[in-house]
Amino acid sequence: MSTETEARPADAAPDRPGAINAVPVRHPGRWVAIAVIVVLVAMLVHLLVTNKAFDWSFVFEAMNQQPVINGFLKGTLLVTVLSMVVGVGGGVVLAVMRLSDNPILSGVSWVFTWFFRSIPRYILLFTMGTLGILFPQGIAFGIPFDWKIIDWLGMSGDWRFFTLDANQVFTGLVAGVIGLGLSEAAYMAEIARAGIMSVDPGQAEAAEALGMSRGKVMRRVVLPQAMRVIVPPTGNETIAMLKDTSLLLAVPVIGELFYQLQSIGSTYYKTFPIAVAATLYYLAATSVLMVGQYFLERHFGRGFGNKAPRAARPAGAGGA
Amino acid sequence: MALVEIKSLHKSFGSNHVLRGIDFTVEQGEVVCVIGPSGSGKSTLLRCVNLLETPQEGQVIVRGEDITHPDCHLDEARQQIGMVFQQFNLFPHLSALANCTVAQRTVLKRPAEEADRVARANLERVGLSDKIEAYPAQLSGGQQQRVAIARALSMDPALMLFDEPTSALDPELVGDVLTVMRKLALDGMTMLVVTHEMAFAREVADRVVFMDGGVIVEQGPPAEVIGNPKEERTRTFLRRVLDPTHVEPTP
Ligand SMILES: Nc1ncnc2c1ncn2[C@@H]1O[C@H](COP(=O)(O)OP(=O)(O)OP(=O)(O)O)[C@@H](O)[C@H]1O
Ligand SMILES: [Mg+2]
Repeated sequence: MSTETEARPADAAPDRPGAINAVPVRHPGRWVAIAVIVVLVAMLVHLLVTNKAFDWSFVFEAMNQQPVINGFLKGTLLVTVLSMVVGVGGGVVLAVMRLSDNPILSGVSWVFTWFFRSIPRYILLFTMGTLGILFPQGIAFGIPFDWKIIDWLGMSGDWRFFTLDANQVFTGLVAGVIGLGLSEAAYMAEIARAGIMSVDPGQAEAAEALGMSRGKVMRRVVLPQAMRVIVPPTGNETIAMLKDTSLLLAVPVIGELFYQLQSIGSTYYKTFPIAVAATLYYLAATSVLMVGQYFLERHFGRGFGNKAPRAARPAGAGGA
Repeated sequence: MALVEIKSLHKSFGSNHVLRGIDFTVEQGEVVCVIGPSGSGKSTLLRCVNLLETPQEGQVIVRGEDITHPDCHLDEARQQIGMVFQQFNLFPHLSALANCTVAQRTVLKRPAEEADRVARANLERVGLSDKIEAYPAQLSGGQQQRVAIARALSMDPALMLFDEPTSALDPELVGDVLTVMRKLALDGMTMLVVTHEMAFAREVADRVVFMDGGVIVEQGPPAEVIGNPKEERTRTFLRRVLDPTHVEPTP
Protein backbone atom coordinates (compact mmCIF):
# COMPACT_ATOMS: atom_id res chain seq x y z
CA MET A 1 0.00 0.00 0.00
CA SER A 2 2.34 2.65 -1.16
CA THR A 3 -0.31 5.33 -0.71
CA GLU A 4 -0.50 4.64 3.00
CA THR A 5 3.11 4.34 4.02
CA GLU A 6 3.50 8.10 3.99
CA ALA A 7 2.52 9.30 7.43
CA ARG A 8 1.17 12.79 7.40
CA PRO A 9 3.08 15.04 9.78
CA ALA A 10 0.04 15.82 11.87
CA ASP A 11 1.89 17.64 14.60
CA ALA A 12 4.71 19.36 12.72
CA ALA A 13 3.66 22.56 11.07
CA PRO A 14 5.80 23.05 7.98
CA ASP A 15 6.48 26.77 8.41
CA ARG A 16 7.29 27.03 12.08
CA PRO A 17 9.38 29.99 13.19
CA GLY A 18 12.89 29.15 14.46
CA ALA A 19 13.53 28.55 18.14
CA ILE A 20 13.65 31.70 20.28
CA ASN A 21 16.82 32.30 22.23
CA ALA A 22 15.04 32.57 25.57
CA VAL A 23 16.38 32.95 29.09
CA PRO A 24 14.96 30.18 31.35
CA VAL A 25 12.26 31.48 33.67
CA ARG A 26 13.35 31.63 37.30
CA HIS A 27 11.05 30.27 40.00
CA PRO A 28 12.01 31.83 43.34
CA GLY A 29 8.61 30.87 44.79
CA ARG A 30 9.30 27.23 44.11
CA TRP A 31 12.41 27.23 46.30
CA VAL A 32 10.56 28.89 49.15
CA ALA A 33 7.84 26.26 48.91
CA ILE A 34 10.37 23.43 48.93
CA ALA A 35 12.05 24.85 52.02
CA VAL A 36 8.73 25.15 53.86
CA ILE A 37 7.76 21.59 52.95
CA VAL A 38 11.12 20.17 54.04
CA VAL A 39 10.73 21.82 57.45
CA LEU A 40 7.16 20.55 57.83
CA VAL A 41 8.16 16.99 56.89
CA ALA A 42 11.03 17.10 59.39
CA MET A 43 8.61 18.21 62.10
CA LEU A 44 6.22 15.39 61.20
CA VAL A 45 8.93 12.72 61.29
CA HIS A 46 10.19 14.08 64.59
CA LEU A 47 6.66 13.91 65.99
CA LEU A 48 6.11 10.35 64.75
CA VAL A 49 9.37 9.09 66.18
CA THR A 50 9.64 10.89 69.49
CA ASN A 51 6.08 11.48 70.67
CA LYS A 52 5.25 8.87 73.31
CA ALA A 53 1.53 8.98 72.48
CA PHE A 54 2.14 6.95 69.34
CA ASP A 55 3.37 4.00 71.32
CA TRP A 56 4.43 2.15 68.19
CA SER A 57 5.09 -1.17 69.85
CA PHE A 58 1.51 -1.21 71.13
CA VAL A 59 0.25 -0.23 67.66
CA PHE A 60 1.97 -3.15 65.99
CA GLU A 61 1.05 -5.55 68.73
CA ALA A 62 -2.61 -4.57 68.45
CA MET A 63 -2.47 -4.97 64.68
CA ASN A 64 -1.06 -8.43 65.13
CA GLN A 65 -3.85 -9.83 67.36
CA GLN A 66 -5.74 -12.73 65.80
CA PRO A 67 -9.27 -11.23 66.23
CA VAL A 68 -8.04 -8.02 64.59
CA ILE A 69 -6.50 -9.88 61.67
CA ASN A 70 -9.68 -11.93 61.29
CA GLY A 71 -11.77 -8.79 61.45
CA PHE A 72 -9.66 -7.27 58.70
CA LEU A 73 -9.75 -10.34 56.47
CA LYS A 74 -13.43 -11.22 56.92
CA GLY A 75 -15.17 -8.08 58.10
CA THR A 76 -13.26 -5.68 55.88
CA LEU A 77 -11.77 -7.42 52.85
CA LEU A 78 -14.26 -10.25 52.34
CA VAL A 79 -17.29 -8.03 52.88
CA THR A 80 -15.85 -5.43 50.51
CA VAL A 81 -15.30 -8.02 47.79
CA LEU A 82 -18.71 -9.70 48.20
CA SER A 83 -20.61 -6.41 48.46
CA MET A 84 -18.90 -5.10 45.35
CA VAL A 85 -19.69 -8.31 43.46
CA VAL A 86 -23.36 -7.89 44.40
CA GLY A 87 -23.14 -4.15 43.69
CA VAL A 88 -21.44 -4.31 40.30
CA GLY A 89 -23.51 -7.26 39.08
CA GLY A 90 -26.74 -5.71 40.33
CA GLY A 91 -25.77 -2.29 39.02
CA VAL A 92 -25.12 -3.55 35.50
CA VAL A 93 -28.44 -5.42 35.49
CA LEU A 94 -30.23 -2.32 36.80
CA ALA A 95 -28.56 -0.14 34.16
CA VAL A 96 -29.54 -2.48 31.33
CA MET A 97 -33.10 -2.56 32.70
CA ARG A 98 -33.17 1.20 33.01
CA LEU A 99 -32.07 1.63 29.38
CA SER A 100 -34.46 -0.98 28.00
CA ASP A 101 -37.50 -0.02 25.94
CA ASN A 102 -39.72 -1.86 28.39
CA PRO A 103 -41.28 0.81 30.66
CA ILE A 104 -41.89 -1.70 33.47
CA LEU A 105 -38.27 -2.85 33.63
CA SER A 106 -37.00 0.69 33.46
CA GLY A 107 -39.51 1.80 36.11
CA VAL A 108 -38.51 -0.99 38.50
CA SER A 109 -34.88 -0.02 38.07
CA TRP A 110 -35.65 3.62 38.76
CA VAL A 111 -37.61 2.84 41.92
CA PHE A 112 -34.86 0.53 43.21
CA THR A 113 -32.22 3.17 42.67
CA TRP A 114 -34.38 5.86 44.24
CA PHE A 115 -35.07 3.72 47.32
CA PHE A 116 -31.58 2.50 48.07
CA ARG A 117 -29.87 5.78 47.33
CA SER A 118 -32.18 7.51 49.79
CA ILE A 119 -31.26 5.44 52.84
CA PRO A 120 -28.06 6.16 54.76
CA ARG A 121 -25.94 3.02 54.83
CA TYR A 122 -25.72 3.00 58.60
CA ILE A 123 -29.51 2.96 58.89
CA LEU A 124 -29.85 0.44 56.08
CA LEU A 125 -27.45 -1.94 57.85
CA PHE A 126 -29.27 -1.46 61.13
CA THR A 127 -32.53 -2.29 59.34
CA MET A 128 -31.04 -5.37 57.67
CA GLY A 129 -30.09 -6.71 61.08
CA THR A 130 -33.71 -6.50 62.22
CA LEU A 131 -35.44 -7.80 59.09
CA GLY A 132 -35.73 -11.31 60.55
CA ILE A 133 -38.83 -10.05 62.32
CA LEU A 134 -40.68 -9.92 58.98
CA PHE A 135 -40.29 -13.63 58.38
CA PRO A 136 -40.94 -15.45 61.66
CA GLN A 137 -41.39 -18.77 59.80
CA GLY A 138 -38.23 -18.39 57.81
CA ILE A 139 -37.68 -17.75 54.13
CA ALA A 140 -38.84 -20.63 51.96
CA PHE A 141 -37.97 -21.31 48.34
CA GLY A 142 -40.68 -22.96 46.26
CA ILE A 143 -43.85 -22.16 44.34
CA PRO A 144 -45.10 -18.67 45.23
CA PHE A 145 -48.44 -18.50 47.07
CA ASP A 146 -48.40 -22.29 47.28
CA TRP A 147 -50.75 -22.39 50.26
CA LYS A 148 -53.41 -20.52 48.30
CA ILE A 149 -53.05 -22.76 45.27
CA ILE A 150 -53.07 -25.92 47.41
CA ASP A 151 -56.11 -24.67 49.26
CA TRP A 152 -57.83 -23.90 45.99
CA LEU A 153 -57.05 -27.35 44.59
CA GLY A 154 -58.30 -28.95 47.82
CA MET A 155 -54.93 -30.59 48.50
CA SER A 156 -52.70 -30.53 51.52
CA GLY A 157 -48.98 -30.19 52.24
CA ASP A 158 -46.70 -27.57 50.76
CA TRP A 159 -44.59 -26.94 47.69
CA ARG A 160 -41.46 -25.66 49.31
CA PHE A 161 -38.03 -27.03 48.54
CA PHE A 162 -36.03 -25.63 51.41
CA THR A 163 -36.41 -23.04 54.10
CA LEU A 164 -33.85 -20.68 55.56
CA ASP A 165 -34.12 -19.34 59.06
CA ALA A 166 -34.68 -15.62 58.52
CA ASN A 167 -33.01 -14.73 61.77
CA GLN A 168 -29.91 -16.44 60.51
CA VAL A 169 -30.00 -14.80 57.08
CA PHE A 170 -30.48 -11.32 58.44
CA THR A 171 -27.63 -11.48 60.80
CA GLY A 172 -23.93 -11.00 60.77
CA LEU A 173 -21.90 -10.80 57.62
CA VAL A 174 -24.71 -12.00 55.34
CA ALA A 175 -26.99 -9.16 56.35
CA GLY A 176 -24.06 -6.78 55.99
CA VAL A 177 -23.24 -7.99 52.49
CA ILE A 178 -26.90 -7.84 51.42
CA GLY A 179 -27.32 -4.32 52.76
CA LEU A 180 -24.07 -2.92 51.43
CA GLY A 181 -24.48 -4.79 48.13
CA LEU A 182 -28.00 -3.47 47.46
CA SER A 183 -26.99 0.04 48.37
CA GLU A 184 -23.94 -0.24 46.13
CA ALA A 185 -26.03 -1.62 43.26
CA ALA A 186 -28.07 1.58 43.30
CA TYR A 187 -24.94 3.70 42.87
CA MET A 188 -23.34 1.32 40.39
CA ALA A 189 -26.51 1.42 38.29
CA GLU A 190 -25.88 5.07 37.51
CA ILE A 191 -22.19 4.47 36.81
CA ALA A 192 -22.95 1.53 34.52
CA ARG A 193 -25.66 3.51 32.77
CA ALA A 194 -23.21 6.31 32.03
CA GLY A 195 -20.73 3.72 30.73
CA ILE A 196 -23.24 2.04 28.44
CA MET A 197 -24.44 5.37 27.09
CA SER A 198 -20.85 6.38 26.36
CA VAL A 199 -20.56 3.65 23.72
CA ASP A 200 -21.31 4.83 20.19
CA PRO A 201 -24.70 3.47 19.05
CA GLY A 202 -22.99 2.48 15.79
CA GLN A 203 -21.26 -0.29 17.75
CA ALA A 204 -24.53 -1.97 18.68
CA GLU A 205 -25.80 -1.48 15.13
CA ALA A 206 -22.74 -3.13 13.63
CA ALA A 207 -23.09 -6.05 16.03
CA GLU A 208 -26.82 -6.42 15.33
CA ALA A 209 -26.14 -6.31 11.61
CA LEU A 210 -23.85 -9.33 12.11
CA GLY A 211 -26.83 -11.20 13.55
CA MET A 212 -25.95 -10.98 17.23
CA SER A 213 -28.86 -11.15 19.66
CA ARG A 214 -29.51 -8.28 22.08
CA GLY A 215 -27.80 -10.12 24.92
CA LYS A 216 -24.70 -10.90 22.88
CA VAL A 217 -24.45 -7.34 21.64
CA MET A 218 -24.46 -6.20 25.25
CA ARG A 219 -21.99 -8.80 26.54
CA ARG A 220 -19.57 -8.96 23.65
CA VAL A 221 -19.55 -5.44 22.27
CA VAL A 222 -21.16 -2.78 24.45
CA LEU A 223 -20.14 -3.76 28.00
CA PRO A 224 -16.45 -4.39 27.25
CA GLN A 225 -16.25 -0.87 25.86
CA ALA A 226 -18.39 0.60 28.62
CA MET A 227 -15.97 -0.88 31.17
CA ARG A 228 -13.40 1.71 30.18
CA VAL A 229 -15.75 4.36 31.55
CA ILE A 230 -17.10 2.19 34.38
CA VAL A 231 -13.82 1.05 35.97
CA PRO A 232 -12.38 4.34 37.33
CA PRO A 233 -15.47 5.40 39.31
CA THR A 234 -15.89 1.78 40.41
CA GLY A 235 -12.41 1.93 41.90
CA ASN A 236 -13.62 4.92 43.88
CA GLU A 237 -16.70 3.02 44.97
CA THR A 238 -14.60 0.05 46.07
CA ILE A 239 -12.41 2.25 48.23
CA ALA A 240 -15.49 3.87 49.73
CA MET A 241 -16.94 0.42 50.36
CA LEU A 242 -13.76 -0.67 52.11
CA LYS A 243 -14.25 2.14 54.56
CA ASP A 244 -18.01 1.67 54.86
CA THR A 245 -17.44 -1.86 56.16
CA SER A 246 -16.71 -0.13 59.46
CA LEU A 247 -20.49 0.54 59.54
CA LEU A 248 -21.09 -3.21 59.92
CA LEU A 249 -21.33 -2.57 63.65
CA ALA A 250 -24.89 -1.37 63.00
CA VAL A 251 -26.08 -4.86 61.93
CA PRO A 252 -24.43 -5.72 64.38
CA VAL A 253 -21.30 -7.51 63.21
CA ILE A 254 -18.48 -7.55 65.69
CA GLY A 255 -16.01 -9.55 63.64
CA GLU A 256 -14.87 -6.34 62.04
CA LEU A 257 -11.54 -4.53 62.11
CA PHE A 258 -12.30 -1.35 63.98
CA TYR A 259 -14.60 -2.93 66.55
CA GLN A 260 -11.91 -5.46 67.41
CA LEU A 261 -9.22 -2.79 67.64
CA GLN A 262 -11.43 -0.65 69.82
CA SER A 263 -12.11 -3.48 72.21
CA ILE A 264 -8.36 -3.92 72.64
CA GLY A 265 -8.01 -0.18 73.09
CA SER A 266 -10.61 -0.01 75.81
CA THR A 267 -9.11 -2.98 77.61
CA TYR A 268 -5.72 -1.27 77.84
CA TYR A 269 -6.99 2.32 78.02
CA LYS A 270 -5.18 3.28 74.86
CA THR A 271 -7.32 4.98 72.22
CA PHE A 272 -4.91 6.97 70.09
CA PRO A 273 -2.61 4.07 69.10
CA ILE A 274 -5.75 2.15 68.11
CA ALA A 275 -6.71 4.92 65.69
CA VAL A 276 -3.20 4.76 64.25
CA ALA A 277 -3.45 1.00 63.85
CA ALA A 278 -6.77 1.26 62.01
CA THR A 279 -5.38 4.00 59.78
CA LEU A 280 -2.41 1.83 58.83
CA TYR A 281 -4.68 -1.10 57.93
CA TYR A 282 -6.91 1.06 55.75
CA LEU A 283 -3.92 2.74 54.09
CA ALA A 284 -2.47 -0.64 53.20
CA ALA A 285 -5.75 -2.03 51.84
CA THR A 286 -6.46 1.07 49.77
CA SER A 287 -2.97 0.96 48.28
CA VAL A 288 -3.49 -2.63 47.17
CA LEU A 289 -6.84 -1.68 45.62
CA MET A 290 -5.24 1.14 43.68
CA VAL A 291 -2.73 -1.26 42.17
CA GLY A 292 -5.61 -3.55 41.18
CA GLN A 293 -7.44 -0.64 39.58
CA TYR A 294 -4.37 0.23 37.52
CA PHE A 295 -4.29 -3.25 35.98
CA LEU A 296 -8.05 -3.30 35.36
CA GLU A 297 -7.88 0.03 33.58
CA ARG A 298 -5.00 -1.20 31.47
CA HIS A 299 -6.95 -4.32 30.55
CA PHE A 300 -10.11 -2.50 29.47
CA GLY A 301 -8.18 0.29 27.78
CA ARG A 302 -6.94 -2.18 25.14
CA GLY A 303 -7.40 -0.91 21.63
CA PHE A 304 -8.19 2.61 22.72
CA GLY A 305 -4.59 3.59 22.17
CA ASN A 306 -3.90 5.57 25.31
CA LYS A 307 -0.32 4.47 24.85
CA ALA A 308 -0.15 4.15 21.08
CA PRO A 309 0.89 7.54 19.72
CA ARG A 310 -0.65 6.90 16.32
CA ALA A 311 -4.11 6.41 17.70
CA ALA A 312 -4.56 10.07 18.57
CA ARG A 313 -4.08 11.14 15.00
CA PRO A 314 -6.99 11.57 12.65
CA ALA A 315 -8.01 8.55 10.59
CA GLY A 316 -5.86 8.34 7.54
CA ALA A 317 -2.57 9.16 9.17
CA GLY A 318 0.17 6.56 9.44
CA GLY A 319 -0.25 3.33 7.53
CA ALA A 320 2.17 0.43 7.37
CA MET B 1 -36.46 -15.73 -7.52
CA ALA B 2 -34.96 -12.39 -6.64
CA LEU B 3 -32.54 -12.35 -3.72
CA VAL B 4 -34.14 -9.24 -2.25
CA GLU B 5 -37.57 -7.96 -3.06
CA ILE B 6 -38.85 -4.71 -1.61
CA LYS B 7 -42.54 -3.96 -1.88
CA SER B 8 -44.16 -0.54 -1.34
CA LEU B 9 -41.88 0.37 1.55
CA HIS B 10 -42.83 3.36 3.70
CA LYS B 11 -40.80 4.79 6.56
CA SER B 12 -41.36 7.94 8.60
CA PHE B 13 -39.47 9.48 11.46
CA GLY B 14 -42.24 11.28 13.33
CA SER B 15 -43.87 13.55 10.79
CA ASN B 16 -40.91 13.25 8.40
CA HIS B 17 -42.08 10.85 5.67
CA VAL B 18 -38.68 9.64 4.43
CA LEU B 19 -39.47 6.63 2.24
CA ARG B 20 -42.65 7.07 0.21
CA GLY B 21 -43.33 3.73 -1.41
CA ILE B 22 -40.19 2.01 -2.65
CA ASP B 23 -40.43 -1.03 -4.93
CA PHE B 24 -37.42 -2.79 -6.29
CA THR B 25 -35.56 -6.06 -6.46
CA VAL B 26 -31.99 -7.20 -6.38
CA GLU B 27 -31.17 -10.38 -8.30
CA GLN B 28 -28.60 -12.94 -7.24
CA GLY B 29 -25.13 -11.75 -8.28
CA GLU B 30 -26.29 -8.27 -9.20
CA VAL B 31 -24.48 -5.09 -8.19
CA VAL B 32 -26.92 -2.23 -7.63
CA CYS B 33 -25.71 1.30 -6.87
CA VAL B 34 -28.09 3.74 -5.22
CA ILE B 35 -27.39 7.41 -5.88
CA GLY B 36 -29.28 10.55 -4.97
CA PRO B 37 -29.04 13.86 -3.13
CA SER B 38 -28.40 14.10 0.62
CA GLY B 39 -31.49 13.40 2.68
CA SER B 40 -33.27 11.53 -0.10
CA GLY B 41 -33.52 8.41 2.09
CA LYS B 42 -30.73 6.23 0.66
CA SER B 43 -29.30 5.24 4.03
CA THR B 44 -32.79 4.71 5.43
CA LEU B 45 -33.62 2.37 2.55
CA LEU B 46 -30.43 0.38 3.09
CA ARG B 47 -31.05 0.15 6.83
CA CYS B 48 -34.56 -1.13 6.18
CA VAL B 49 -33.13 -4.04 4.19
CA ASN B 50 -31.62 -5.56 7.37
CA LEU B 51 -34.21 -3.95 9.62
CA LEU B 52 -31.88 -1.62 11.49
CA GLU B 53 -34.85 0.65 10.84
CA THR B 54 -38.34 -0.80 11.07
CA PRO B 55 -40.53 0.31 8.17
CA GLN B 56 -44.12 1.31 8.95
CA GLU B 57 -45.49 -0.25 5.80
CA GLY B 58 -44.41 -2.63 3.07
CA GLN B 59 -42.34 -5.79 2.91
CA VAL B 60 -38.70 -6.74 2.64
CA ILE B 61 -38.37 -10.26 1.27
CA VAL B 62 -34.96 -11.88 1.45
CA ARG B 63 -34.67 -15.26 -0.30
CA GLY B 64 -38.42 -15.65 -0.19
CA GLU B 65 -38.75 -14.87 3.52
CA ASP B 66 -40.57 -11.73 4.61
CA ILE B 67 -38.24 -10.34 7.26
CA THR B 68 -40.66 -7.60 8.27
CA HIS B 69 -43.08 -10.29 9.46
CA PRO B 70 -43.23 -10.45 13.28
CA ASP B 71 -42.64 -14.22 13.26
CA CYS B 72 -39.42 -13.90 11.28
CA HIS B 73 -36.27 -14.76 13.19
CA LEU B 74 -34.50 -11.47 12.63
CA ASP B 75 -31.06 -12.48 13.90
CA GLU B 76 -30.99 -15.38 11.46
CA ALA B 77 -32.07 -13.19 8.56
CA ARG B 78 -29.34 -10.70 9.36
CA GLN B 79 -26.65 -13.39 9.23
CA GLN B 80 -27.10 -13.59 5.47
CA ILE B 81 -26.77 -9.83 5.03
CA GLY B 82 -23.41 -8.15 5.56
CA MET B 83 -23.32 -4.43 6.18
CA VAL B 84 -20.51 -1.92 5.79
CA PHE B 85 -20.99 1.48 7.40
CA GLN B 86 -19.79 4.93 6.45
CA GLN B 87 -18.05 5.26 9.85
CA PHE B 88 -16.64 1.67 9.75
CA ASN B 89 -18.02 0.85 13.25
CA LEU B 90 -15.23 -1.61 13.95
CA PHE B 91 -15.14 -2.92 17.52
CA PRO B 92 -12.26 -0.86 18.98
CA HIS B 93 -11.58 -3.26 21.86
CA LEU B 94 -10.87 -6.17 19.51
CA SER B 95 -8.00 -6.80 17.11
CA ALA B 96 -8.66 -6.95 13.37
CA LEU B 97 -8.74 -10.74 13.58
CA ALA B 98 -11.09 -10.78 16.59
CA ASN B 99 -13.38 -8.30 14.84
CA CYS B 100 -13.75 -10.92 12.12
CA THR B 101 -14.16 -13.91 14.44
CA VAL B 102 -16.45 -12.63 17.21
CA ALA B 103 -19.72 -13.04 15.31
CA GLN B 104 -18.62 -16.29 13.67
CA ARG B 105 -17.98 -17.73 17.12
CA THR B 106 -21.01 -16.36 18.95
CA VAL B 107 -23.63 -16.37 16.20
CA LEU B 108 -22.63 -19.13 13.79
CA LYS B 109 -21.05 -21.17 16.64
CA ARG B 110 -18.07 -22.00 14.48
CA PRO B 111 -15.18 -23.66 16.30
CA ALA B 112 -12.24 -21.34 17.05
CA GLU B 113 -9.97 -22.83 14.40
CA GLU B 114 -12.49 -22.57 11.60
CA ALA B 115 -13.44 -18.99 12.55
CA ASP B 116 -9.78 -18.11 12.62
CA ARG B 117 -9.16 -19.64 9.21
CA VAL B 118 -12.16 -17.88 7.64
CA ALA B 119 -11.15 -14.55 9.19
CA ARG B 120 -7.56 -14.83 7.96
CA ALA B 121 -8.73 -15.74 4.48
CA ASN B 122 -11.01 -12.71 4.34
CA LEU B 123 -8.40 -10.35 5.75
CA GLU B 124 -6.08 -11.59 3.04
CA ARG B 125 -8.82 -11.06 0.49
CA VAL B 126 -8.95 -7.35 1.42
CA GLY B 127 -5.15 -7.14 1.41
CA LEU B 128 -4.54 -6.91 5.15
CA SER B 129 -2.86 -10.18 6.08
CA ASP B 130 -0.09 -8.14 7.74
CA LYS B 131 -2.53 -6.28 10.03
CA ILE B 132 -4.19 -9.25 11.70
CA GLU B 133 -3.12 -8.38 15.24
CA ALA B 134 -3.62 -4.61 14.92
CA TYR B 135 -6.36 -2.80 16.82
CA PRO B 136 -8.63 -0.48 14.81
CA ALA B 137 -7.04 2.64 16.33
CA GLN B 138 -3.72 1.54 14.86
CA LEU B 139 -5.11 1.37 11.32
CA SER B 140 -5.74 4.05 8.71
CA GLY B 141 -9.30 4.80 7.69
CA GLY B 142 -8.93 2.81 4.47
CA GLN B 143 -7.52 -0.15 6.35
CA GLN B 144 -10.32 0.04 8.92
CA GLN B 145 -12.95 0.01 6.22
CA ARG B 146 -11.31 -3.02 4.61
CA VAL B 147 -11.33 -4.83 7.97
CA ALA B 148 -15.03 -3.94 8.21
CA ILE B 149 -15.58 -5.54 4.81
CA ALA B 150 -13.65 -8.64 5.88
CA ARG B 151 -15.71 -8.78 9.08
CA ALA B 152 -18.96 -8.81 7.09
CA LEU B 153 -17.59 -11.34 4.57
CA SER B 154 -16.55 -13.70 7.36
CA MET B 155 -20.23 -14.47 7.97
CA ASP B 156 -20.52 -15.78 4.37
CA PRO B 157 -23.39 -13.43 3.54
CA ALA B 158 -25.57 -13.77 0.48
CA LEU B 159 -25.86 -10.01 0.15
CA MET B 160 -23.58 -7.12 1.07
CA LEU B 161 -24.91 -3.66 1.90
CA PHE B 162 -22.55 -0.69 1.64
CA ASP B 163 -23.58 2.74 2.94
CA GLU B 164 -21.21 5.30 1.43
CA PRO B 165 -18.20 3.16 2.36
CA THR B 166 -15.67 5.71 1.11
CA SER B 167 -17.26 8.99 2.21
CA ALA B 168 -15.33 9.22 5.49
CA LEU B 169 -11.98 8.51 3.84
CA ASP B 170 -9.18 10.77 2.72
CA PRO B 171 -9.16 10.89 -1.09
CA GLU B 172 -5.91 8.94 -1.39
CA LEU B 173 -7.38 6.02 0.59
CA VAL B 174 -10.60 5.70 -1.41
CA GLY B 175 -8.95 3.69 -4.18
CA ASP B 176 -7.93 0.76 -1.97
CA VAL B 177 -11.48 0.27 -0.70
CA LEU B 178 -13.01 0.58 -4.16
CA THR B 179 -10.50 -1.97 -5.47
CA VAL B 180 -11.65 -4.45 -2.85
CA MET B 181 -15.31 -3.81 -3.73
CA ARG B 182 -14.59 -4.19 -7.45
CA LYS B 183 -12.96 -7.56 -6.75
CA LEU B 184 -15.97 -8.63 -4.70
CA ALA B 185 -18.29 -7.73 -7.56
CA LEU B 186 -16.15 -9.74 -9.99
CA ASP B 187 -16.33 -12.71 -7.60
CA GLY B 188 -20.09 -12.62 -8.06
CA MET B 189 -21.13 -11.12 -4.70
CA THR B 190 -24.59 -9.56 -4.65
CA MET B 191 -24.12 -5.96 -3.60
CA LEU B 192 -26.34 -3.00 -2.80
CA VAL B 193 -24.17 0.10 -2.64
CA VAL B 194 -25.09 3.65 -1.69
CA THR B 195 -22.34 5.80 -3.15
CA HIS B 196 -21.33 9.17 -4.47
CA GLU B 197 -18.52 7.62 -6.54
CA MET B 198 -20.04 8.00 -10.00
CA ALA B 199 -17.02 6.50 -11.77
CA PHE B 200 -17.32 3.39 -9.59
CA ALA B 201 -21.07 3.11 -10.20
CA ARG B 202 -20.61 3.52 -13.93
CA GLU B 203 -17.90 0.86 -14.08
CA VAL B 204 -19.06 -1.77 -11.58
CA ALA B 205 -22.85 -1.49 -11.25
CA ASP B 206 -25.20 -3.68 -13.23
CA ARG B 207 -27.96 -1.25 -12.38
CA VAL B 208 -28.11 2.26 -10.97
CA VAL B 209 -31.04 3.50 -8.90
CA PHE B 210 -31.58 7.24 -8.57
CA MET B 211 -33.57 8.28 -5.48
CA ASP B 212 -34.96 11.68 -4.62
CA GLY B 213 -37.51 12.73 -2.01
CA GLY B 214 -38.07 9.18 -0.77
CA VAL B 215 -39.00 7.65 -4.13
CA ILE B 216 -37.09 5.94 -6.93
CA VAL B 217 -37.07 8.45 -9.72
CA GLU B 218 -35.26 6.42 -12.33
CA GLN B 219 -33.33 3.17 -12.62
CA GLY B 220 -31.51 1.20 -15.27
CA PRO B 221 -28.07 0.34 -16.59
CA PRO B 222 -25.41 2.87 -15.58
CA ALA B 223 -24.85 3.98 -19.15
CA GLU B 224 -28.47 5.12 -19.28
CA VAL B 225 -29.03 6.54 -15.79
CA ILE B 226 -25.66 8.24 -15.46
CA GLY B 227 -24.76 8.56 -19.14
CA ASN B 228 -28.10 9.65 -20.52
CA PRO B 229 -30.67 10.33 -17.79
CA LYS B 230 -34.28 10.73 -18.82
CA GLU B 231 -35.54 12.62 -15.79
CA GLU B 232 -34.80 16.28 -15.21
CA ARG B 233 -34.19 15.67 -11.47
CA THR B 234 -31.52 13.08 -12.28
CA ARG B 235 -29.85 15.46 -14.71
CA THR B 236 -29.75 18.29 -12.16
CA PHE B 237 -28.27 15.97 -9.54
CA LEU B 238 -25.61 14.56 -11.85
CA ARG B 239 -24.60 18.03 -13.04
CA ARG B 240 -24.02 19.02 -9.43
CA VAL B 241 -22.10 15.84 -8.53
CA LEU B 242 -19.98 15.52 -11.65
CA ASP B 243 -19.07 19.22 -11.72
CA PRO B 244 -19.14 20.54 -8.15
CA THR B 245 -17.91 23.99 -9.25
CA HIS B 246 -20.88 24.35 -11.56
CA VAL B 247 -23.27 27.05 -10.37
CA GLU B 248 -26.93 26.88 -11.25
CA PRO B 249 -27.95 30.04 -13.09
CA THR B 250 -30.18 32.06 -10.82
CA PRO B 251 -33.23 33.39 -12.62
N1 LIG C 1 -32.84 8.04 13.16
C1 LIG C 1 -33.47 9.09 12.55
N2 LIG C 1 -34.33 9.85 13.25
C2 LIG C 1 -34.98 10.88 12.67
N3 LIG C 1 -34.82 11.25 11.39
C3 LIG C 1 -33.96 10.54 10.62
C4 LIG C 1 -33.24 9.43 11.17
N4 LIG C 1 -32.47 8.90 10.20
C5 LIG C 1 -32.69 9.65 9.10
N5 LIG C 1 -33.58 10.63 9.35
C6 LIG C 1 -34.08 11.61 8.36
O1 LIG C 1 -34.44 10.90 7.21
C7 LIG C 1 -34.10 11.65 6.05
C8 LIG C 1 -33.31 10.77 5.11
O2 LIG C 1 -32.09 10.42 5.74
P1 LIG C 1 -31.06 9.44 5.06
O3 LIG C 1 -29.94 9.31 6.03
O4 LIG C 1 -31.73 8.20 4.64
O5 LIG C 1 -30.58 10.24 3.80
P2 LIG C 1 -29.43 9.91 2.77
O6 LIG C 1 -30.06 9.84 1.45
O7 LIG C 1 -28.68 8.72 3.23
O8 LIG C 1 -28.53 11.20 2.86
P3 LIG C 1 -26.92 11.32 2.86
O9 LIG C 1 -26.49 11.26 1.44
O10 LIG C 1 -26.68 12.66 3.46
O11 LIG C 1 -26.38 10.21 3.69
C9 LIG C 1 -33.37 12.88 6.54
O12 LIG C 1 -34.28 13.96 6.47
C10 LIG C 1 -33.02 12.58 7.95
O13 LIG C 1 -33.07 13.75 8.72
MG1 LIG D 1 -26.72 8.39 4.09
